[in-house]
Amino acid sequence: MKNVDTINHVTGKSIYVDDIPVQTGTLYAAVFGSPKAHGKIQNLNLTKALELAGVERILTYKDIPGRNQIGGIIEDEALLAEEEVHFVGHAIAVVVAKNESIAREATKLIEIEIEELEVITDPREAFKKNQLLIPPRTFKMGNVENEWKNCDFIFEGKVDNGGQEHLYIETQGSYCYPMDNGSIKIHSSTQGATLVQKMAARILNLPMHRVEVDVARLGGAFGGKEDQATPYACMAALASYILQKPIKIILHRLDDMHMTGKRHPYSSDFKIGLSKDLKIVAFQTNMYQNGGAASDLSPAIMERTLFHSTGAYFIPNTEVTVYSCKTNLPPNTAFRGFGAPQGMFVIESAIAKAACELGISKRIIQERNFIQENDTFQYGQIAKNANMIPSYKTADEKYHIEHLEKEVDDFNVNSIENKKGMAIMPVCFGISFTKTPMNQARALVHIYQDGSVGISTAAVEMGQGVNTKLVQVAAKVLSINPDRIKIESTNTTRVANTSPTAASTGADLNGNAVKIACTKLLERLKNTAANMLSCTASEVDIKDEVILFNSEKSDITWEKLIETAFLDRVCLTENGHYATPIIHFDKTKEKGHPFAYHVYGTAIITVTLDCIRGTYDFEDVKIVHDFGNSMNTIIDNGQVEGAVVQGIGWATMEEVVFAKNGKLLSNSLSTYKVPDIYSVPKNIEITPLKTEGPELALLRSKAIGEPPFMYGIGAYFAIAKAIREFNPNYKLDFDAPFTPEKVLMRLYSK
Amino acid sequence: MITFILNNKTIKTDTHPGTTLLDFIRYTENLPGTKIGCREGDCGACTVLEGTLVDGKVKYKSIVSCLTPLGNAHGKHIVTIEGVNLKDLSPIQKAMVDDSATQCGFCTPGFVMSFTGHGLAEEKSTYNKAIAAISGNICRCTGYKSVEKAADTINELLKLKDIKDPIKWMVENNFLPHYFLEIGSRLKEIEVNPTFKNSSKIIAGGTDLMVQKPEEIANADLNLLYNRTDLKAIDEKNNSIQIGSGVNATEIMNSSIIQKHIPDIASYFKLISSQQIRNMGTIAGNFVNASPIADLSIIFLALNASIILKESNNKRNIPLRNFFLDYKKLDLKDGEFIEYISVPTPKKNTKFNFEKVSKRTHLDIASVNSAIHVTLNEDIIEECSISAGGVSAIPKYLKETSDYLQGKKITNGTIIKANEILQQEITPISDVRGSADYKRLLLRQLFFAHFIKICPTSITLKELLS
Repeated sequence: MKNVDTINHVTGKSIYVDDIPVQTGTLYAAVFGSPKAHGKIQNLNLTKALELAGVERILTYKDIPGRNQIGGIIEDEALLAEEEVHFVGHAIAVVVAKNESIAREATKLIEIEIEELEVITDPREAFKKNQLLIPPRTFKMGNVENEWKNCDFIFEGKVDNGGQEHLYIETQGSYCYPMDNGSIKIHSSTQGATLVQKMAARILNLPMHRVEVDVARLGGAFGGKEDQATPYACMAALASYILQKPIKIILHRLDDMHMTGKRHPYSSDFKIGLSKDLKIVAFQTNMYQNGGAASDLSPAIMERTLFHSTGAYFIPNTEVTVYSCKTNLPPNTAFRGFGAPQGMFVIESAIAKAACELGISKRIIQERNFIQENDTFQYGQIAKNANMIPSYKTADEKYHIEHLEKEVDDFNVNSIENKKGMAIMPVCFGISFTKTPMNQARALVHIYQDGSVGISTAAVEMGQGVNTKLVQVAAKVLSINPDRIKIESTNTTRVANTSPTAASTGADLNGNAVKIACTKLLERLKNTAANMLSCTASEVDIKDEVILFNSEKSDITWEKLIETAFLDRVCLTENGHYATPIIHFDKTKEKGHPFAYHVYGTAIITVTLDCIRGTYDFEDVKIVHDFGNSMNTIIDNGQVEGAVVQGIGWATMEEVVFAKNGKLLSNSLSTYKVPDIYSVPKNIEITPLKTEGPELALLRSKAIGEPPFMYGIGAYFAIAKAIREFNPNYKLDFDAPFTPEKVLMRLYSK
Repeated sequence: MITFILNNKTIKTDTHPGTTLLDFIRYTENLPGTKIGCREGDCGACTVLEGTLVDGKVKYKSIVSCLTPLGNAHGKHIVTIEGVNLKDLSPIQKAMVDDSATQCGFCTPGFVMSFTGHGLAEEKSTYNKAIAAISGNICRCTGYKSVEKAADTINELLKLKDIKDPIKWMVENNFLPHYFLEIGSRLKEIEVNPTFKNSSKIIAGGTDLMVQKPEEIANADLNLLYNRTDLKAIDEKNNSIQIGSGVNATEIMNSSIIQKHIPDIASYFKLISSQQIRNMGTIAGNFVNASPIADLSIIFLALNASIILKESNNKRNIPLRNFFLDYKKLDLKDGEFIEYISVPTPKKNTKFNFEKVSKRTHLDIASVNSAIHVTLNEDIIEECSISAGGVSAIPKYLKETSDYLQGKKITNGTIIKANEILQQEITPISDVRGSADYKRLLLRQLFFAHFIKICPTSITLKELLS
């Protein structure tokens, strides 16, 4: 089934926050952010800005009626800075004006004196100075210290990965207006309606029921609107509440880029020990996460890094520690993969280093260490339906990996100006919010008198196609035409206490809630049908909008059934509540069963380097992916393609650059490059792994949003391999992204 | 009074001509289908079509509305997504739906407009041209594979079009609403009489100024050159090619005169920004923005171009290489503007090459770029001009290197020696586009690349490195 939104998209009729028709009297807000990365505010002079014609009001923390606090996990982030600023762009004041350009102009007239304090941008430096956002955490299995002596080979190294700008094409934004009874309504481009509601209520000192949050759709998010849509919604809410006017705030791209957090850069040290037969015996790593100036989601991201630090491998002895370091950058935040890509990059680097030193293909170590059925993950969960080896075997059977390697080698023998490299990237990714309580969802399903259906859930549509999957679930359970079903906006008055649409769980959680609600409705409707047919409910069924009696078609249609049910005063509204069973995790022991299931897959990535210019082209990405029993192959393949390309972007051209003084240098689309149509792999081939799919996945169709992102990591190792083909002096190093600059410097390093 | 047709509606407005067309479309005319992504022409979400009456026919091209000053729309037909919608989906929209070439949908109207612009082009459709049409459209969701499929579908449909009258064909085949057939006669009624105003804020395509100084442009007394037909000619006479200052990059790459002398010009220009931006940005604009990395400056430095500067009735002619004085400093007086560019017609045995490396190959600003123009007599270099960007405060004509190579035999040794001179001539700095060391190494490589391409039999990477 096609994505239900596409027709509106191609005709430009889909409505995003900035497209909502504005009310008369709407005012526009712009954010004044700190020009310095760290310091004490000595003086803030708003006089000139207030004198600018069209400026209505400038709000600071002093205007906040409630608590000036938007920290979600840890309360360490003010909405508007009070005495100190901690990063460039740290919000200090909100200018409200007659239009957006006046508001922006006025921010330039605000005068500020800041007594500068030391700026830290590097996580290792922060660690040395004991600047940690939260205490470190360690996952352990076996006994690493005892096992080093039993290893035949031990290698150590350092790994760095860069950040990544989300670059959702729709920037952060919100439109907010007062309602009666002292309430407000917030339209926000957020993945987490309840989070916005909770924080706005906190800022305004209102009970949550006075704050209504509505989300129609997002123009891309990728994690960037999980926590970081909140401040802008809160600012609009604050201005709206104080001025009692409709307020719109849409970030200019330049503001969005320098004010919002990105994927976390990590710097890590590893030590890996192998036996003679290339089994990984022990693995130890210390990872320094660059958290930025406030904790935001860093603690949860740190946790997922720990969960995925052994990648797709079983390693009997592991010890992994992550330090979440406080630096003077915008608070780094969720981004597709949520810390897992950083963890996986380290273990893949360690294996690459070992392979390079041993003079063998990285693949040989990889394939001897894949996680298998009944192996224990270092966090205690036992691997069940472990599809890593099946996905790899399928890839090998289909593509003959050794043969592909030989093709690359043959090419390299005959070519000087171009060299090819190939890498295998295995993925094993756990599905569930790692914080167990978040794994719950509700759905509100109305069947209207005419037989049409309206469904509200917590799921936010941001391009991933969750609305379509929800339609599919309802259509399947009720056995009606999908055209009868409409997915409503995500709204806190219809579905309360929601988890954000994140962690790839949107379809699983909300879809199961829809399934439960629709199943309950179906049972009720069967009773009605039984009454109509003078039989028992067990003798009736609904198929393709027709009521069946003992599997035979009756003359009762869906519409007739609904009309009768309504007149019989049968409740045509139902609520479904779903909480993922089985999962649990004990943080005191760092052990448990945190994931409903895992998603597996294998990617083979091939690159060609231009050894004169240091540029590269990706020829081919061949993927065997474990979709389970995909409920929508069109949407799921689209997710794989988009994720792989985004992953390759992270590993190659996407380079977030901060100056030592904390200023973002890659601050616009002209200095921060994401893949364009010419830079994507010429061929992305996706083969579904044939499996039944786990019961805990929606209709046995596995979560899809994040796992394929990590296939892109293979791009780094394919490039590294190709460089070594040209320059044997090049000793592998691990410093992503592999920009054309880094490639050229390594091609010609001595 | 700015007068133009927006979709099917004639607009007469007193809005400031420096307002962006994008804001006017979205917030004055309340047409929200055109999206705001970056306001610097780097994402294409705000792509619209611009139709211009040329010799009685309307010619359409895609532009980014975020960098278009409203004044440039005067006398034009501006088409947004709302203006192409029919009762049913157009075959372009349908292809995007059928091939699932949209996910979050925010960039989608821009893609539809770019593809529609491709359909309206008076040339045969090819797959590569369909892709080039969307080269300025960024999608963060799909990874483009589904977009490629849609481009393929669209190309198959458009192969059938009548290239003599694509508008009629597009209307007849339900790609466009009927009102398009009347646009030509409606545009004729709009008086287009751009007068040269004696204010100093000159703006042409807007692709640089609207990025650098949008607030200033929104308030300044503007001298709009964009619609000056007298600055649009490309002619060849008296052993020189003359290019009007208002000629845009697309017009240069498609010019038969330029192609005759530099057959690969289109492949070089493909490396310069995107189709939408090339449809807007002018040659003189690229010179006067004075960026040390400006692609056209680098290309025309190697071609030994001169510029003809005009102020009222005074004209002066200076070599382009003398125009750049220091970082962002030009030999340009107040009130002067570039009237045209003069390039000596390349001799028969000359070769030209342009190299550019950026983080992303397309729609990016170079880390280093370089152009070479050599006249060869067998393996002797008779004349040689080399330029490089990103290695100095100005777009650099590499005089010492060029002089050294004059009269030399092309050998690997000569090239290696010339590189040593080249390295003395440049002063790259470290910035967001690369470290100074990288830029030095990269320019060496691009310099080598010029000769490997020009003389593939005698110059090889292996020899140059040994």
